[in-house]
Amino acid sequence: MSDLKQELKEKIITQLNLEDIAIDEIADNDSLFGDGLGLDSIDALELIVMLDKDYGIKLTDPKEGKKIFESIEVMANYITKHRTK
Amino acid sequence: MNKIYLSYNNIVSSLGFNSPTVVENIRKGVSGITLIEDENLFPTPFYASVINSNLIKEAFESLGSNDDYTRLEQIMIISLDKTLKESGVKLTDRVGLILSTTKGNIDTLDPKHPMPPERAYLGTLGHIVKNYFGFTTEPIVLSNACVSGVLAVSIAKRFIAQGTFDQVFIIASDVVSNFILSGFNSFQAMSSLPCKPYCKQRSGINIGEVAVSVLVSKDHDNLVPEAVEVLGEASCNDANHISGPSRTGEGLYRSIQSAFKEAKVGPQDMDYISAHGTATTFNDEMEAIALNRLGLDTVPLNSLKGYFGHTLGGSGLLETIIGMHSLYHSTLYSSLGFTELGVSQPINVITETTTKNLDYFLKTASGFGGCNTAAVFKKVQS
Amino acid sequence: MKVEQLKIKEYCSIFNNKVMLNEQLIFENQETDFSSFIKLAYKKLDTNYPKFFKMDDLSKLGFLAADILLKPISSDSERPKNIALAFSNSASSLETDRKHQNSIVDKENYFPSPAIFVYTLPNICLGEISIRHKLYSENSFFIFNHFNAGYLYDYATCLIKTGKADEVLCGWINRDADDYEAFLYLVSTEGSIAHNKEEIIKLYTRK
Repeated sequence: MSDLKQELKEKIITQLNLEDIAIDEIADNDSLFGDGLGLDSIDALELIVMLDKDYGIKLTDPKEGKKIFESIEVMANYITKHRTK
Repeated sequence: MNKIYLSYNNIVSSLGFNSPTVVENIRKGVSGITLIEDENLFPTPFYASVINSNLIKEAFESLGSNDDYTRLEQIMIISLDKTLKESGVKLTDRVGLILSTTKGNIDTLDPKHPMPPERAYLGTLGHIVKNYFGFTTEPIVLSNACVSGVLAVSIAKRFIAQGTFDQVFIIASDVVSNFILSGFNSFQAMSSLPCKPYCKQRSGINIGEVAVSVLVSKDHDNLVPEAVEVLGEASCNDANHISGPSRTGEGLYRSIQSAFKEAKVGPQDMDYISAHGTATTFNDEMEAIALNRLGLDTVPLNSLKGYFGHTLGGSGLLETIIGMHSLYHSTLYSSLGFTELGVSQPINVITETTTKNLDYFLKTASGFGGCNTAAVFKKVQS
Repeated sequence: MKVEQLKIKEYCSIFNNKVMLNEQLIFENQETDFSSFIKLAYKKLDTNYPKFFKMDDLSKLGFLAADILLKPISSDSERPKNIALAFSNSASSLETDRKHQNSIVDKENYFPSPAIFVYTLPNICLGEISIRHKLYSENSFFIFNHFNAGYLYDYATCLIKTGKADEVLCGWINRDADDYEAFLYLVSTEGSIAHNKEEIIKLYTRK
């Protein structure tokens, strides 16, 4: 589980081009959107593609993403439960 | 300053290959949106408004050209040929050419496309159209997302006002492509059913294709019966987000306000609004907010996306041309797909095609990059 | 307002791994490719805007050149903010279009990216600049085979003359294959360079 969290942090930084943020600056419970990492609606769509491509999870309703992408902790739990690859 | 008019016009679409036929189909409530099954375009069946390829072939062959042209070039040429011939305008260095397109021949990037990928350069497309007809001035290609079609009218007007040209032909078009469909799908913006602008049950857009053309001119003596005067226009950015519409409708609000100012009219003068209405949750909501801020909530309004889908670089001009015919026929056309208001602010969506005397209309559009455009048109009294 | 009073206030160009403001070289790094060069320039010029890293190459190029010219203006609250943007190029957003196209060729590995797709329109760059400098103004993106000083001159003049803008940021930003080039100039009522077609061509070709 902690490996997955680490992996997610790395992926978020590279795929969402958060060039000036280091892995250890993201805490497991930091909120990813809003005041936390400041991700926006395009980032949310990009995370939906990442779930599909890397973990075989298909989200059809973008609203679902809102809950799943709350923090690294929540994301990692969801992926562990639903991943198909 | 000289008055500037929209005159000769043509629509090539899934609802017909000339403006009167298309307008008659709209009056009858016919939609050009159908379920398409074509794996070369999209892996699963999808709703879109696509022009019949055999009809394009037939219409293009009748023009007698032997050269190879892409699907987009063919519909552009078919559309503009009629507008140009009917207008009788001679192509001198006083006549400009504006192409409005978001993606041009983007389908030629596909390795399976018979044409080389270099065909995707928009400047090349401009020169292909220029050379086909023999324009003598350098073509202006405008690629400004989904406001391009309305903005092209503004830009034509500005170049005429500035004295660059006396008359400008605009051709506005995009085609349904794998490129566009896959992109909007990745944005989760596509509706799995025919689109329903402003409706509670709306769930996104359908893509469509058209090639529309118009003559913009200061010549009062060469006008068609449905001609309109361009009274005022403006384009303002939201300065908020590159894909999400502003929550306050700021750019659209400012665009309309500024177009009204130039036109010296107010909300009370508007008889009809030809709105953008893509049928995404956020776009339609944003428009309702902007229109309310301006006191335009009671003016009859429609979105024509239910007939043609979102035709991207073509849409703004397509909808302007339908607006011209709407004024000429004194008819408000029903906003197809709408059943129950699904935006937080009141707007007056036209639910049934009705006759009414109309003198002024407002056209609006909004698009990626935070751009918005508004233009006010007035019927030319004969 | 008289047309002959319009001036070119300042201009900026980015090409051959150099950033020039008016006649002055403000950054150069010959050791790197475009993607590293533009990031180094961003840092050197104290741009301080994390969303920069999310932009495609065309937006990075236009954003940085615009930022150099607009930063002093947008930080001054007394200055007029109705600055229109009129940009042009020959390759539209093709460099990013090719990336999106590559993501949809293989049906077995079909994952188009929304963060790439959104940049497949050249005017997104204008949106990025408008957001940064809070410009609720006119935006137009033109495509020409070659830099067209005549059309840009007429268009900017008309925007100012008709009161649609107080100033116009005009120019050419192009990114295609291994090539890139940015040349932006600010048309204003102030400045020392005359705003006419010949001067625009001179400034563009001198760089």
